[in-house]
Amino acid sequence: MSEPSLAIRKFSDLANPTRFLALVALLWPWMAGLTLCLFAFGLYLSFATLGDYQQGETVRIMYIHVPAAWLSMMCYSVMAVSALGTLVWRHPLADVSAKAAAPLGACFTLIALITGSLWGKPMWGTWWVWDARLTSVFVLFLMYLGLIALNRAMADDPTRAAKVGAVLILVGFVNIPIIKFSVEWWNTLHQPASVVRLDGPTIDPEFLRPLMVMAVAFTLFFFTLHVLAMRNEILRRRISVLRRHAARAVGREGSDA
Amino acid sequence: MSHAFYVTLSYLSAFGIALGLVLWVWLDHRGRQKELARLEAAGIRRRSAHSGEAQ
Repeated sequence: MSEPSLAIRKFSDLANPTRFLALVALLWPWMAGLTLCLFAFGLYLSFATLGDYQQGETVRIMYIHVPAAWLSMMCYSVMAVSALGTLVWRHPLADVSAKAAAPLGACFTLIALITGSLWGKPMWGTWWVWDARLTSVFVLFLMYLGLIALNRAMADDPTRAAKVGAVLILVGFVNIPIIKFSVEWWNTLHQPASVVRLDGPTIDPEFLRPLMVMAVAFTLFFFTLHVLAMRNEILRRRISVLRRHAARAVGREGSDA
Repeated sequence: MSHAFYVTLSYLSAFGIALGLVLWVWLDHRGRQKELARLEAAGIRRRSAHSGEAQ
């Protein structure tokens, strides 16, 4: 009997965890290398460019704050697509993807909150205000923590945890447009969008350049960590299946004796 | 406090959290690999591991 090929020819082949692991083993060193190069270039630009005439040196905080804030929303969007994958297509890797992304999203949101606060103190004169943007991002952080807690609490029933988690992720997705448009819908201390706008970016290219390089670096960093965390989750599930089979085999031997 | 203080603290905290994520992924992988190796040493392996067939 010939062995089935592990080559990936079409997107649906990725549904096979063994093929996915083979692809991750091939890709991750390149992804990590490229991430490091982009961070080196981005950090160089972040400190080589001029300070702002009003913000001074604190404009450099933007080069990590803005990408982290984008990532916090993109990570949740990845989880929402994964949740659809679990509920609609029953894709075997969809739940693995959502579960692996939650801690990453929580960490990027935490970076956005901390760096925002560290920018707010010298520029606004306060560490924190309960305006719509800051509050909705804080709610996003709590949602990530809730989803992580749910996965841990239901670790003994992963199939049910996947379904409950997917429904919660989709319900929570309502917060993403609220975060994005909060600065337009309400009067907030946080400034309105200055990069992703219909009429184009309103910030100077001097600041836009390091911002974009850092945004690409952060995004690639996220995807590198995401595929590696997915690999860990697949291994974790294999181990628990093996343990269950072994326990069943021992039980059978015990009853035969 | 000077602007440099806030900038330095921002970059350090972002670096610390990013490093934490990298360590978490790396140590988790090492732990799972060891666990799989222990199971294999005890003669417990995936059925597909014999035939090379995917899960």
